[in-house]
Amino acid sequence: MSSHYEAPIREPLVLGDKSYHDITVDIAKPIEGKANKNWYIAFTISLIAFLWGLGCITFTIGTGIGTWGLNKNIGWAWDITNFVWWVGIGHAGTLISAVLLLFRQRWRMAINRSSEAMTIFAVFQAGLFPIIHMGRPWDAYWVLPIPNQFGSLWVNFNSPLLWDVFAISTYLSVSLVFWWTGLLPDFAMLRDRAIKPFQKKIYALLSFGWSGRAKDWQRFEEVSLVLAGLATPLVLSVHTIVSMDFATSINPGWHSTIFPPYFVAGAIFSGFAMVQTLLGIMRKVTNLENYITRLHVEYMNMVIMLTGGIVAVAYASEFFIAWYTGSPYENFTYMSVGAATGPYGWAFWSLILFNILIPQLLWIRKFRRSFIASFIISIAINIGMWFERFDIIAIVLSKGHLPSTWTRFEPTFVDVGIFIGTIGFFGVLFLLYARTFPVIAQAEVKSIMKVSGENYKKLRDGNHE
Amino acid sequence: MSNKVIHALYNDDDILMDAVKTVKAADHHIDEVFTPFPVHGLDKAMGLAPTKIAITAFLYGITGLSFAIWMTNYMMIEDWPQDIGGKPNFSWFTNMPAFVPILFELTIFFAAHLMVITFYMRSRIWPFKSAENPDVRTTDDHFLMEISIHDNEKELKSLLKETGAVEIKVIENK
Repeated sequence: MSSHYEAPIREPLVLGDKSYHDITVDIAKPIEGKANKNWYIAFTISLIAFLWGLGCITFTIGTGIGTWGLNKNIGWAWDITNFVWWVGIGHAGTLISAVLLLFRQRWRMAINRSSEAMTIFAVFQAGLFPIIHMGRPWDAYWVLPIPNQFGSLWVNFNSPLLWDVFAISTYLSVSLVFWWTGLLPDFAMLRDRAIKPFQKKIYALLSFGWSGRAKDWQRFEEVSLVLAGLATPLVLSVHTIVSMDFATSINPGWHSTIFPPYFVAGAIFSGFAMVQTLLGIMRKVTNLENYITRLHVEYMNMVIMLTGGIVAVAYASEFFIAWYTGSPYENFTYMSVGAATGPYGWAFWSLILFNILIPQLLWIRKFRRSFIASFIISIAINIGMWFERFDIIAIVLSKGHLPSTWTRFEPTFVDVGIFIGTIGFFGVLFLLYARTFPVIAQAEVKSIMKVSGENYKKLRDGNHE
Repeated sequence: MSNKVIHALYNDDDILMDAVKTVKAADHHIDEVFTPFPVHGLDKAMGLAPTKIAITAFLYGITGLSFAIWMTNYMMIEDWPQDIGGKPNFSWFTNMPAFVPILFELTIFFAAHLMVITFYMRSRIWPFKSAENPDVRTTDDHFLMEISIHDNEKELKSLLKETGAVEIKVIENK
């Protein structure tokens, strides 16, 4: 059994005295049991928020973009902020399942399923905003390079906005098949346990008839590895291209070569924060404390510290360069003395507080390993990362090259309503997911039990004494 | 052609691995092994050939790249060239730097999706396909080895019992 060796000083990833069957039972429990009151309360709140958002979307499309707080100088603000925020959140899932797979990080197995679900649901929300902002969402297919009756007038492959269309749709669809392929053995487990005929039928359909042959597993592992290899540059490309929406323009504050790496780090930062927020609740509600442990929380916090550090350095260099150029235009970018002391100073300082100062608490081991502290800090980062995008967009646009164009962006209730609606929609999807999908990749967890299960580790390490 | 198979169930992956090696050493052909999770080294022990699916992904990726080159060239250079931000549109190559994101994304798109479709087709898994694992416990915590019988039922049974099988069943295929 030497192949199951793991250094004794490593903490076990699965706690308790678990057999393979116990894992099956634990993962199937939230699906086979009945939802409790808290679930219904959360679901109702999410659904109401979603419906409110739908109402605001209907109002926007029926009346026009004039219902938003935009004006002739600030042509996009709240919508693109939300778009970038949601896309950023959508980065952790594929990062966890792809990059951590390539690095052979076993701790990803407890959290990859849910963070991939989060990724997919978050990208749905992100995709809504550009489509709504088109004003005529029924013409959304015009972004696709299909022959048309204008000549054919093709889409513009020189435009970063079109690169975005390709990047995000590739990202969404590849994430979806990656997620679903990993789900097949787990759906098969649920199918083979199901007693109610309807449930059995549904899971039989979802599992695509997965049987678990040795050859299937061999291909499954190869496909997972290659998909991880493809998804790793893909996930980095998506936010790179999102940053190019800004970086290829000639606005001071946007026209910055550090945007791609800085945006990618920020996306991972916010994505992990959202995973921390969601799993902090989910591990309690679904009784998966033995699978999503303090160790997982600490590892995620370490990634947050690293990417948060990169983001902080990026802010610092943007601030320094804005000052160092001596250009008066640069004094009104989102990272400048002008921004810190100007009318959007509150947004500037919110960003500094939530994104730089509060996450520094994670240097303290006690906070890093505390569920409550991690949860609170993750909420702060979610807010801070929203302000980052708001600052980059609204502050930069509010101070144009001519003082006569200086203006302000004030969101209307429709702006706010659509944002709340997407949070509600996300909540609805995630809550339904948590009740019907295996929230932990149980087949993969079983394969590391002998390596990193607490009971097996104890047995093995005990032999040395 | 024999129509009788023997099903041996195991409840541990290490015991299964040893059993597979013993059965192979005794010169029996293992038809199939059903497991609830990937057991590392099982494919080699069973004598399965390595999968070539990664090679198909590479070929699909090249297809995607070629398609993207053709598409950007046809749409932006040949069919309707436009002056966009002063970017050169006389030849595909001079305009190419602006197309890199598209070339990259389509390469990934083709490689990932076509590889997964290939996997589904080769392993015969798709919606409405019914499962073929003979025992429902093989998606939970049991491992099932299937060997066809050629007038050696007794010999096989005793061999499998020795390897630690928790259950041995003989199945008549109709």
